[in-house]
Amino acid sequence: MAEITGTTWTCYDSNTMTQAEIYGRVLTELGEKDPRVVGVTADLANSTKIGVFGKAFPDRLFNVGIAEQNLFGVAAGLAKSGLIPFASTFAAFASMRAAEQVRTDICYQNLPVKIIATHAGVAFGQAGTTHHCLEDIAIMRAFPNMTVIVPADGIETANAVRASMDIPGPVYIRVGRGFEPKFHASEDYGFRVGKAQRFREGTDLTIIACGIAVLQAAEAAKLLAASDGLSIRVVNMHTIKPIDREEVLAAIRETRRILTVEEHSVIGGLGGAVADVIAESGKGCAFSKLGFNDEFSVVGYPEDLYSHYRLDANGIADAVRAIMGRDFEEDESWEDEV
Amino acid sequence: MEAERLKRLEAAARQVRYDIVEAIGNIGIGHFGGALSIVEVLTVLYFSQMNASPANAKDPGRDKLVLSKGHAGPALYAVLAQKGYFPRETLFTLNQGGTSLPSHCDRNLTPGIDMTTGSLGQGLSVAIGMALADRMDGRKNRIFAIIGDGESDEGQVWEAAMAASQYGLSNLIAFTDYNKMNIDGLTSEIMNLDDLGAKWRAFNWNVLRTDGHDLEAIDRAIDAARLESDRPTMIILDTIKGKGCSIAEGKLSSHNMAISKEQKEKALGELSAAMGELS
Ligand SMILES: Cc1ncc(C[n+]2csc(CCOP(=O)(O)OP(=O)(O)O)c2C)c(N)n1
Ligand SMILES: [Mg+2]
Repeated sequence: MAEITGTTWTCYDSNTMTQAEIYGRVLTELGEKDPRVVGVTADLANSTKIGVFGKAFPDRLFNVGIAEQNLFGVAAGLAKSGLIPFASTFAAFASMRAAEQVRTDICYQNLPVKIIATHAGVAFGQAGTTHHCLEDIAIMRAFPNMTVIVPADGIETANAVRASMDIPGPVYIRVGRGFEPKFHASEDYGFRVGKAQRFREGTDLTIIACGIAVLQAAEAAKLLAASDGLSIRVVNMHTIKPIDREEVLAAIRETRRILTVEEHSVIGGLGGAVADVIAESGKGCAFSKLGFNDEFSVVGYPEDLYSHYRLDANGIADAVRAIMGRDFEEDESWEDEV
Repeated sequence: MEAERLKRLEAAARQVRYDIVEAIGNIGIGHFGGALSIVEVLTVLYFSQMNASPANAKDPGRDKLVLSKGHAGPALYAVLAQKGYFPRETLFTLNQGGTSLPSHCDRNLTPGIDMTTGSLGQGLSVAIGMALADRMDGRKNRIFAIIGDGESDEGQVWEAAMAASQYGLSNLIAFTDYNKMNIDGLTSEIMNLDDLGAKWRAFNWNVLRTDGHDLEAIDRAIDAARLESDRPTMIILDTIKGKGCSIAEGKLSSHNMAISKEQKEKALGELSAAMGELS
């Protein structure tokens, strides 16, 4: 059996496994180590891959039927009694159908329920707008005690799921659907909850991204270096709450320009969290949020939707150029400030 | 039912089934199981019972349907196309970028769809609101709703069950597609519904039960439901998930099933042979 903590194992190949599949395997290993680990789902054992854990531990997976409010209430009760429940359903149902159960039964009681929500963002593309979820980061961030993590790929999902065991309270881990391309080469890059990963150095502008946008941001930075001669810093802000303030402050100080990119509404998500830090810093900083504007997302294949909403490398590069083109100066004049 | 009318319904149902398999088959994956199990009830509703057609699509007095198990959208799309709400070719844009037919029902996108659904458990409540409004305005129409057996796990379904009888909504006729399957397994194993009829009766609904693939029986049940004067009616339909398509019928895997080109051709061959027999 592989080590659960430590820095030397890369047993999951995110080229051949979805984020969710990797989650199922990691959870099974956690279950082998720690008898307090249990699983709860709502008729989505197969779809969220918590069923992998259930195959290994049939007596420790509770499938409550299609009843998400019940799901999170049950998880709270299990946690209150000393167990560590991992609760999985689609992100739309975890964050919206059961929002109050998550808030009051889990967060207010500060119980160690780990919510692994899959099919977030527009990963469910063709299923339609009811199945898209572009609000969950905002909702979950607003609940006291909740830690919110958005892994960049399957490897980071493995790290996040393992790390969630060391967090005494509730955790929300937001996972996509399918074969999102891999970002990390291995698990040994020093993942720490609350500590952003500075993936690429740069001095002209910082892109702060999370989830599938991290890889695209890295591609955009390469592209901008080659075609525009720009030096772009890329930060993987995998933990949205608590946000890594130091990393944001460093970006303000050292690059004076920030673009956030996320597969989420521009209201209240990563961009909102970064904006809070910028505003509270009192420092001037050219800033833009790239994500889904205040409108419902359209139907289509996820890849098409990513480019439709300009979340691909080209779209990100254009957004960077727009900020670079802004007349931003470090002077005292308000007339020409952004 | 006269033989001629039954024959027409049978032909319509077979066409619907064919169109579902072709439309989902074209994209290679989709909710075959839950779409194929409601072909008969949708056929009876739109071709025998409901006062609903493109001509009265904007008339508030028309009959309306909330397909609460919205993942069965492709079945309703096939019916709506046959009714002339949109051209049959539109069926083959299912799920594609820019389509008016996403895999779950969307009232904002599709002509003839009365309510957006897909998040299970929500539809019956909306149907109640519609039924209340129609009754307030003295309209004589009916509101129909279809829920899944797995969907019946949702607490909101039972909140709605209580409300509909509290308000004595005899203009509301609901169906449970009792195909005995969820996604993860048999309904009886995931969350046993036990005596489903007794549950609805306990909520003071008029409860009927019939073979969900028997067009005449469904038609009779709806006729009977119309006679009810002070309670909502729940018609429990005993159905088979994936009905009428050999690769899907009765299979748990039919819920959201991938289908190869060869499988599609084979299934369509079977269905068109059946259509030939009929005519
Ligand atoms: C609130 C909610 N939870 C979960 C799902 C995911 N889901 C889609 S279909 C389905 C199973 C539905 O079972 P049932 O109602 O019996 O439908 P049918 O067998 O007719 O397909 C599930 C769990 C959903 N769409 N909505
Ligand atoms: Mg069912």
